[in-house]
Amino acid sequence: MNAQALLELADDELVLGWRDSEWTGIAPFLEEDVAFSSIAQTEIGHARAWYELAAKELGTDADALAFDRDPAEYLCAPFVELRLVHDWAQTIARHWLYESADAIRIDALKSSDDPDIAGLAEKVDREEVYHRMHAAMWEERLRGEPAFQKAVDDLWPSAAALLPPDQRATLATIVGKDVPSNRLLLAHERGQHSDDFRPLWEEMTMVRRSVPGASW
Amino acid sequence: MNFPRRLGPSGAGRSRASPGGSRAGQGTGMIWEVFRQEREGQPFQHGGSLEAPNLVFAEAYAREFYGRRDESFALWIVPREAVKEVREPYVAEVFDRDYRRVDGYSLKVKLKEARERAGTSRAG
Repeated sequence: MNAQALLELADDELVLGWRDSEWTGIAPFLEEDVAFSSIAQTEIGHARAWYELAAKELGTDADALAFDRDPAEYLCAPFVELRLVHDWAQTIARHWLYESADAIRIDALKSSDDPDIAGLAEKVDREEVYHRMHAAMWEERLRGEPAFQKAVDDLWPSAAALLPPDQRATLATIVGKDVPSNRLLLAHERGQHSDDFRPLWEEMTMVRRSVPGASW
Repeated sequence: MNFPRRLGPSGAGRSRASPGGSRAGQGTGMIWEVFRQEREGQPFQHGGSLEAPNLVFAEAYAREFYGRRDESFALWIVPREAVKEVREPYVAEVFDRDYRRVDGYSLKVKLKEARERAGTSRAG
C-alpha cells in the first residue's frame, strides 16, 4: 500500500470526522450528542494514525498532512465532504453507509502484507465495532421512515464510489442495493471535490494557516 | 444523561411516565440506570443514568459513556422502573445494635481513616 492509498483513507476519516463533529451541541438529544461527538473524535484519531504511517513514507508529519495541503491535494471521496448538518436522516444514512463500506475496506487491510498496516487496521477495527453498532441501531430505528429511505437512495451512488471498484459489489449486497451504473458513479468518484469541500477546508485549516510554521 | 441521584422523594408517589424529571417525556423514552464493575470480581457500583428509547440504544450509550475506554470490566443496564426504592420509615434505631450494622466492611475507607488517625497515610 503506497502513501497515496494511505492518504485516501486518512483524508476520508479526517473529513468525515470533521463533518460528524458539526453535530456537537446540536444533536437531537443529549445522549446522542455525546455519542456522536465521540464517534467523530475517534474517526479523527484514526485519521491521525493513518497520517502517521503515510508521514513515515513521505518524510513529514501527521499535522502537516492533515492541515498544510492545498484543497486539491486532499484525496478524500466526495461522499465524506457533503455538509449534512441539520438533516439527521441524511447524516445517519451516510454514517450507516460509510461504516458498512469502511468495514469492507478495513477487513481487507487486516490481511495486508505490511505488518504496520495490518496492525493498525486491526486496532482501528476494534473501535469501529462501536461505530458499526451505533450505525446499525439507528438504521434499524429509521429504516421505515421515508425521509431515511430517500436519504439512503440519494447518497448511495456517492457511497459506492468511496470504495475501489472491486469492493463495490460486496457493499451493494450488504446494504441491499445494486451497484450504480458508471454514469451515475462518475460524478462521485474520488479525485474530484464537491462544492462543500472548499468551505470545509477553509475552516478546518484556518487556525493553522493563521500563524504559518508556528509550533503549537 | 443524569448524574447519580436518588430516585425521587417517594418512589410510589411519582409518575412512571416521567421518571427522569424535566428532560424525560420529550420522546426519547426511558431512563436507564447504569452500574459498572471496574474490575472483574468487584461489586457493581452505580455509575449514572441515561435516557434512551430502548435497550439497544441504552446499551450503545452505556458502552460509549462507561465502557469502551477500558474503564469498566462489565456493565449492568437496568430500566429505572425495575428499581424498587425502599426507605425505612423509622426515624432511628431504638436500641443500640451497632454490631448488626454492615457498613464496617469497606476496608479501604476504614484503612484510610485509621492511617489518618495514626498519621501514617501513604505518600501519594
